[in-house]
Amino acid sequence: MSDVVEKTLTALPSLLSLDSQPGKLSSTSKLGNLIRGITELTSKHDEEKLIQRELVSIKEQVSSPNTSMRQMKELMVRAIYCEMLGYEASFSYIHAIKLAQQGTALDKRVGYLAVSLFLNESHELLLLLVNTVLKDLQSTNLIEVCMALTVVSQVFPKDMIPAILPLVEEKLNHPKEIIRRKAVLALYKFYLIAPNQVQHIHNKFRKALCDKDPGVMSASLHIYLEMVMEKPESYKDLTVSFVTILKQVVGGKLPIDFNYHSVPAPWLQIQLLRILSVLGKNDRSTSEIMYEVLDESLRRAEMNHNITYAILFECVKTIYTIHPKAELLEKAAKCIGNFVLSPKINLKYLGLKALTYVVQQDANLALQHQMTIIECLDHPDLIIKRETLELLFRITNGQNVKVIVEKLLEFLRHSKDDYVTIDLGGKVAELAEKYPFQAIFSNLLLKPANCFPSFCLCDCLATGFESTEDDRQLRLLAVDSYLSLLQDRPAKLPQRFLQVISWVLGEYSCLKEGLEPATVLRLLAQLLDLRHSSSETKSWALTAMTKLCEGPACVSVAQELADRHCGSLDTVVRQRLHELQHLASHAELRVRALPRNVGLAPLEVDSSLSFLDGFVSEALAAGAAPYKPPHQRREELAQEKALSVEPYGLSLPLSLSSCSIAERLSPTVLSMSSSLSGNSNELSPKGGSALKLEGVRRVWGKEGYLAKTEVAVKVEEMAQMEVPCPLSALQEGGSASQAPIVALTTPGPGPTPTPEADREKQRLASSLFVGLGSQSSTGPCLMGKAEPARHRFRRKVKGQGSSSGASERSCDSASSCHSPAPISAPSAVENLLCSSPLGSGSTPSLADSAPHLPHDRPATNSPRRAQEDLTEDTNTGAPVVEANGMAAVDPDTRSHPYDPEHFRPSPHLPDELSGLPRSEITPLCSDASLALSACRVQTDHSSLLIVFVSNSSDSATRRFALQMTSGDLEVSRVSGGTGPEEEQVEGHSVAVYQYSLVPTRPSVHMELAGLASYQQRDGEPQSTRFSYTLSLPNFIRPLTVSTEEYGRLWLASSNDTKQNLTLLGESPDPLRATLDLLRDKLQLHIVDIIASEGIVACQLLQGQPCLMHCRISAGCLAVWLRSPLPELPDCLLYHCQRALAEHLHGVASDYA
Amino acid sequence: MIKFVLMVNRQGQTRLSRYYQPVELRRRAAMEADVVRGCLYRKKEECSFVEYKDFKLVYRHYASLYVVVGITESENELSVYELVHNFVEILDKYFSRVSELDIMFNMDKVHIILDEMIQNGHVVETNHTRILAPLTALDTLAHS
Repeated sequence: MSDVVEKTLTALPSLLSLDSQPGKLSSTSKLGNLIRGITELTSKHDEEKLIQRELVSIKEQVSSPNTSMRQMKELMVRAIYCEMLGYEASFSYIHAIKLAQQGTALDKRVGYLAVSLFLNESHELLLLLVNTVLKDLQSTNLIEVCMALTVVSQVFPKDMIPAILPLVEEKLNHPKEIIRRKAVLALYKFYLIAPNQVQHIHNKFRKALCDKDPGVMSASLHIYLEMVMEKPESYKDLTVSFVTILKQVVGGKLPIDFNYHSVPAPWLQIQLLRILSVLGKNDRSTSEIMYEVLDESLRRAEMNHNITYAILFECVKTIYTIHPKAELLEKAAKCIGNFVLSPKINLKYLGLKALTYVVQQDANLALQHQMTIIECLDHPDLIIKRETLELLFRITNGQNVKVIVEKLLEFLRHSKDDYVTIDLGGKVAELAEKYPFQAIFSNLLLKPANCFPSFCLCDCLATGFESTEDDRQLRLLAVDSYLSLLQDRPAKLPQRFLQVISWVLGEYSCLKEGLEPATVLRLLAQLLDLRHSSSETKSWALTAMTKLCEGPACVSVAQELADRHCGSLDTVVRQRLHELQHLASHAELRVRALPRNVGLAPLEVDSSLSFLDGFVSEALAAGAAPYKPPHQRREELAQEKALSVEPYGLSLPLSLSSCSIAERLSPTVLSMSSSLSGNSNELSPKGGSALKLEGVRRVWGKEGYLAKTEVAVKVEEMAQMEVPCPLSALQEGGSASQAPIVALTTPGPGPTPTPEADREKQRLASSLFVGLGSQSSTGPCLMGKAEPARHRFRRKVKGQGSSSGASERSCDSASSCHSPAPISAPSAVENLLCSSPLGSGSTPSLADSAPHLPHDRPATNSPRRAQEDLTEDTNTGAPVVEANGMAAVDPDTRSHPYDPEHFRPSPHLPDELSGLPRSEITPLCSDASLALSACRVQTDHSSLLIVFVSNSSDSATRRFALQMTSGDLEVSRVSGGTGPEEEQVEGHSVAVYQYSLVPTRPSVHMELAGLASYQQRDGEPQSTRFSYTLSLPNFIRPLTVSTEEYGRLWLASSNDTKQNLTLLGESPDPLRATLDLLRDKLQLHIVDIIASEGIVACQLLQGQPCLMHCRISAGCLAVWLRSPLPELPDCLLYHCQRALAEHLHGVASDYA
Repeated sequence: MIKFVLMVNRQGQTRLSRYYQPVELRRRAAMEADVVRGCLYRKKEECSFVEYKDFKLVYRHYASLYVVVGITESENELSVYELVHNFVEILDKYFSRVSELDIMFNMDKVHIILDEMIQNGHVVETNHTRILAPLTALDTLAHS
């Protein structure tokens, strides 16, 4: 915080102390007496007495004709005071209006103030104010005009707007800024309460927006924010104006008195940013207008003060709301990072909130801060914890759902706040419904004593899953576990849970064969005898019993119960008892009242009982007595003493229908709706929205839970695998002296107390953040760069068929490990990350050496071309261990210098491939004994992927199987792995697998996902995932055609793409130089070059051609691509741009 | 948007309350007590933002007084936190060294100042001079 603020903050407490200046107060006033009296009181009862006395005295005085306006003002303040303490002073309302009408200056203002405090919009007395307002609006006294406008903008009867609208409009032209400003605010109020009334004066809003006074302009922004939110498309044309205003504000063009702690008009900036975010949402061209000013805002807000952080937060939100721009997103992400890592708790909170907002678009950002998030999970401050859970909830996926649900439940266990319980409970239910996971249900069913929010469970049980058999299993499980709980010690269970048990048993205990309903009935009956059972619980138990009551045994239990409890003081319980008793003896009626197995199907209730009309008229015609309300009837009958005191609402016919509806839903719907009093709209678990189970995988089968446990196991395995103990690794590497270096190069998240705790956290992180980001590249782009950038680029390609240089270049810089970033300098940490070997800890020797050492490369017959092509590929051919957020974050493994070369058998290419151009061998994944690495080999007609599996242990790895899949590629095994599926890899040997790859459809990058499963000597079966990225040029081959053939092909192709490329300007023949470069890098074939035009052709492996026509125009290379494949031109164009960009930024020197 | 502004002393007594969304009079006292309880017992190093039911509270502590603002989820917490400080600065300027007693005995004036700053739950003015202008005009009128 800046010094200025620090000073003010420390100075203020002394200013606000009670006894600073005793002389300033009018201690003799009546208000003073009242306040003093109240301050001295100790009990609420005394306060009430005092206030009542005070109110009586006020009432006397206000109605006295002799009271002056001055005194009236004081009386009003006292009345306000009483109302503030919660005591109604409605008798004074009319006097407040009178004071506003008759008073002058401050008295009048207090009158208006009292009106605005006492009356709400719909209060009828407000009509009496209209005349006063009218008069004051026409007053020559500016202060009175001001007051009138102020009250109008606070509270005004909707219907009377037309009466004063012309006067208010007129004030928009007033010479004084304060009048104009207040008039705008009055119009804002009108817009809020009756938008139709001000429809016709939108042009006046525009005038206000352009007002020379910044105050008037900012007042109009309130209206604009409202209007823009409602209909953004109508106000796109104003974007430029808002941007200009923001630019001026940010640039400090406002008068100095708008500054707050030397930040220019911060709240105005925030307001403008909000408007911009609405305007720019899903609108590329509008967003483009604001990029510059957003960048400027981010840059200017560097001062270290809370208010600048508030602006930054809004700015970040805007940047993530509008059409994305890579550069800005990067800056915003950095900003969020600063927030999250800040030691100041308020900023940390804001950072988490921003993350929560942002992760929906870019989950990688959460990965970046995973350790901080883990720490926040254990934060002592509940709100930080809550916000973190909210964040986790948003990043839940199939793989981490188990851990996240556990975290949510853990928080619930300690939460006492009903609201939080309902909110988080709803979230758990949502997850349970989205990922029907055994873990969730076993948690909910068997460990629910921790006051688990039961409603979601009931909903899930009742809604059921796809298969009825699964439902049955689940319900039986619930019944079984609850029966045993009841037999055990029900007294210890929380009320809410007892209610759930009652409901579940009532609904589903009939599913259990051989279970006597009477047994259940007896178990439930004991709930009624429990001393601490609430009446709500008792009603649930009784309702459940009513549903189950079948057969003579039950009837006797019911009868016994009724006898014992008929004296209960609780009317609801007595009502339920009565129902039970009644329905027990009328089985037929019971079946109709409480039909079984209808699930959640809503019962239709005809509350007017119209279906009985015929019956009633018949009965009346037959001479029956007309209907009497139950209470009247009962009074007359006066048979049962117990029933005579019942209120109407609980009379039998109505309550029966209403209770059965509610019960069919879930027990808590009733209690929920009452406790929330209908103010939550989204949290209510009722209704179908929360429980759509379509598309849910089938998880429950005949043998119980079906699959997916494997995933959970795998997650754990991964965590263990990827967090190897640094020590053991060291010993293995045999270089203990390296240890200090490890410590030094560790870019860990601050000092860590114990490695144990740290590892614990990392394990948690790996399970929480597993599966985040897109499937493959989690490893190297942990810093959240490469992957999102690439994605964004792809989106662009699709959107408009071209790409802007900036985003793609930044993508390059992020994803390539050894090219200097052309645009933004990555931070030290990123550098470190980038320069360290990718993938997990152990890397085969070849990849360990610098990527471009010439000895790595075999001699090839077409040296230059092949070399350049292939080395370039190390950029994208970054192999990654999938499903493992930890690999690169674990600093120990990442920067571990241990060289496994001595231990691992080194991979080498099969002889028949040795002469061909190939890429470097890059590691895919590894564990203690087994390492997978791969390289690509190019032949003229195919692209091969060679996978080396090296086993460095003494024993053989059994049942080894390798599976490769890809959405973009057709993968077929050429050699290796002779067996159908599984085989052995002997100790200290390398198995070589050859795959041939054929692209099924072109894309910029193509991902290959692999799964290696194997079994170590007498160990558990293990599996590990990896991925490999290839880029389009791997599959591009020159297409040798003559100019005539080219012409024919050109006419035959469609799918045009046109784009301007950079021309290599330094050479004497720029066209040829550029085309030569492209030819060498991308394996194109130059068909012909004539003057300033050139034609180039290439083909996708064994297939479709792509033709390129190039022409020099205005210093650029205008290219026109055509291909039968719609995607091919775009993708090829991307690589052309990339090749040129790399060349221009001097990266090319790396390749030489 | 801002739902209410409360000024409460350490004993939990309300010194000023202004609601921008209707809350029934008889429910206010209980809610205020609840809200204040949520803020009063928090430690200094804890976050100045608290969750309360379906909305959030932003509070700031000055000597014997707490200023508590109820806001909706969409509001920017930190900007409201600073708005509170701006408000106190203005009070300090007007009362020249404001104390709890000033606020108690000049509740009407504090309300008038607040009315200039926040209307309908939105920040309408933050400029010190402009916020104080109507009130000082009334004061000079009264003195002359």
